[in-house]
Amino acid sequence: MTKLLEVKGLETRFFTQDGVVHAVNGISYSLDEGETLAIVGESGCGKSVGVMSLLRLIPQPPGKITGGEVFFGAGDDRRDLLKLSDDEIRQVRGNRIAMIFQDPMTSLNPVLTIGFQICETLILHMGMDKAAARKRAVELLELVGIPRAVDRLDDYPHQFSGGMRQRVMIAMGLSCNPQLLIADEPTTALDVTIQAQITELVKRLRDEIGMAIIWITHDLGVVAGLADRMIVMYAGFIVEESPVKDLYANPRHPYTIGLLGSLPRLDEARAHRLTSIEGLPPDLVDLPKGCPFYARCAYRLAKCLAENPKLEPVSPGHKTACWVDVRAGVPGTMQAGEAL
Amino acid sequence: MSGTGSTTQKLVEVRGLKMWFPIMRGILQKHVADVKAVDGLNFDVYQGETLGLVGESGCGKSTTGRAILQLYTPTAGSVLFEGRDLVKTKGEDLRKMRRRMQMIFQDPYASLNPRMTVGSIVAEPLEVHNIGSKSERTDRVRELLKVVGLNPYFINRYPHEFSGGQRQRIGVARALAVNPAFIVCDEPISALDVSIQAQVINLLEDLQEQFGLTYLFIAHDLSVVRHISDRIAVMYLGKIMELTDRDELYRNPMHPYTQALLSAVPIPDPVIEEKRQRIILEGDVPSPVNPPKGCNFSTRCPKALAMCKEQEPEFREYGSGHWVACWLHQR
Repeated sequence: MTKLLEVKGLETRFFTQDGVVHAVNGISYSLDEGETLAIVGESGCGKSVGVMSLLRLIPQPPGKITGGEVFFGAGDDRRDLLKLSDDEIRQVRGNRIAMIFQDPMTSLNPVLTIGFQICETLILHMGMDKAAARKRAVELLELVGIPRAVDRLDDYPHQFSGGMRQRVMIAMGLSCNPQLLIADEPTTALDVTIQAQITELVKRLRDEIGMAIIWITHDLGVVAGLADRMIVMYAGFIVEESPVKDLYANPRHPYTIGLLGSLPRLDEARAHRLTSIEGLPPDLVDLPKGCPFYARCAYRLAKCLAENPKLEPVSPGHKTACWVDVRAGVPGTMQAGEAL
Repeated sequence: MSGTGSTTQKLVEVRGLKMWFPIMRGILQKHVADVKAVDGLNFDVYQGETLGLVGESGCGKSTTGRAILQLYTPTAGSVLFEGRDLVKTKGEDLRKMRRRMQMIFQDPYASLNPRMTVGSIVAEPLEVHNIGSKSERTDRVRELLKVVGLNPYFINRYPHEFSGGQRQRIGVARALAVNPAFIVCDEPISALDVSIQAQVINLLEDLQEQFGLTYLFIAHDLSVVRHISDRIAVMYLGKIMELTDRDELYRNPMHPYTQALLSAVPIPDPVIEEKRQRIILEGDVPSPVNPPKGCNFSTRCPKALAMCKEQEPEFREYGSGHWVACWLHQR
């Protein structure tokens, strides 16, 4: 497999009145062509800011990408996205890397027809004329399963339901045959039966078109059947990275273990108490010197307070940033609610 | 949980509950149609149990919760609470009844007044119902904060100083203040992060055990509802499609909508997900202004028969306590 994307030491900060927010703190990962990578974490863990930084979509000021490299493309084509000029990055956005967002209600312009919005991309990026763009727009809407696509082209966004709008967004995302589709919580605002429709659709399109996907979510359920590999983020750091099956079967970071334990499962045999992670994530303005998860960790040692562990391999393809070998069990017990 | 408890006394009996919202048009505000948000519900809530109410957005689950508590005046039907019909109870009598039933809201950011301190928010129900002297109320607030896992020292702080999970705890403390018997939890955890959700679920379970509370737990997330509930009612477009014990619902879902809903819920395990067959429903939920003739689910049902589009199926009991409204079982 050839590498499509390689992120090295990416660091994004927000300079606010209350201080410097350390949103993304030197994350490195890579993505192969046609691979699906899930980035999982809770609100404020830097998962969205991390991928927005790839396309330089961070509002500046207050935001700034303060370090790192983002190589995209293969062979001669391989370039650092962070070093491109504004014109050059605009050629990448939408064209080679497309993005779909969480809220299909706010990502479409309410006063323009769906057809106009899809054709706009095609005319700008693909240099099509109006007639060709319209024809292609119909094909795209059919591809994402919108019934009566020809008639619906002149409808406005409010005439579509949430699930249908997300399909329109996906159609727009795919309009330029991107090599990479970034999906930022695309099913979070949708109902569960519609969520199933959309994930099935993305799976089918991935297999047909062969694009790579970065799927950002807080929901460990949705990506279980979708992703090849998974990254878990906490407080702007990658704390665990692994092939998807290995991650669910042998989670190696206490945070991942906590997340999996705090999920009620539909197939659980009987009601049991959820193992909640006590306390709250750290303040990103004032990050602790050691491991960011220290205050909430059930496995913590004195060493964890002094030094933040690096992401190290524990088995083939599986890396974790933790000083402790969690397989040995919890060393000593933590007082419940101590961190509150 | 208390589902295995001996009591089967009914706390709430809902019969033929309808909640229609009129649509008015024109200068004369002519009544042209109704949004049939809740359209004829029959169910009971037993003492000490948690009844889960699941469904997708717009199915009327929140409206049901509010109509039971008389936050809306129902269009038709009755709600018996401890044997008294709330729909017929008015004014001061109803206000007194409200001490027995409280609500926890979905959005912990919108449901707390940003200009009031935590102390005055939690004490407000006590003031409204004239309970205790000022110092007794303060003691009670401190005790309540402790019960929900907040530091009583926070009493003079404002809501913005708290995280989402902590705010939801404040909402829980406020609901508990008047010692209610029945609490309607309207999506109490959907606005929270996964690790915080578990904290609030555990808290609600502990409180139920400690105070013998009865919950109506409204949520769209079937795995959460299955975890916390003793029995589950599945709603679709203003009607209950199926109602049964939590394990029975999972083991033996009888309604095609329940089957589709269960198959759509992702399970956080790639090995299981690989083998699962999904029932993907086509299309969207019809408008509650103009629900389909016959069964409300007939437009999307993969197993629909000719009669499903003609006549509405009855909500019937099969086996002990397994209620289904579907023609497939009534032929």
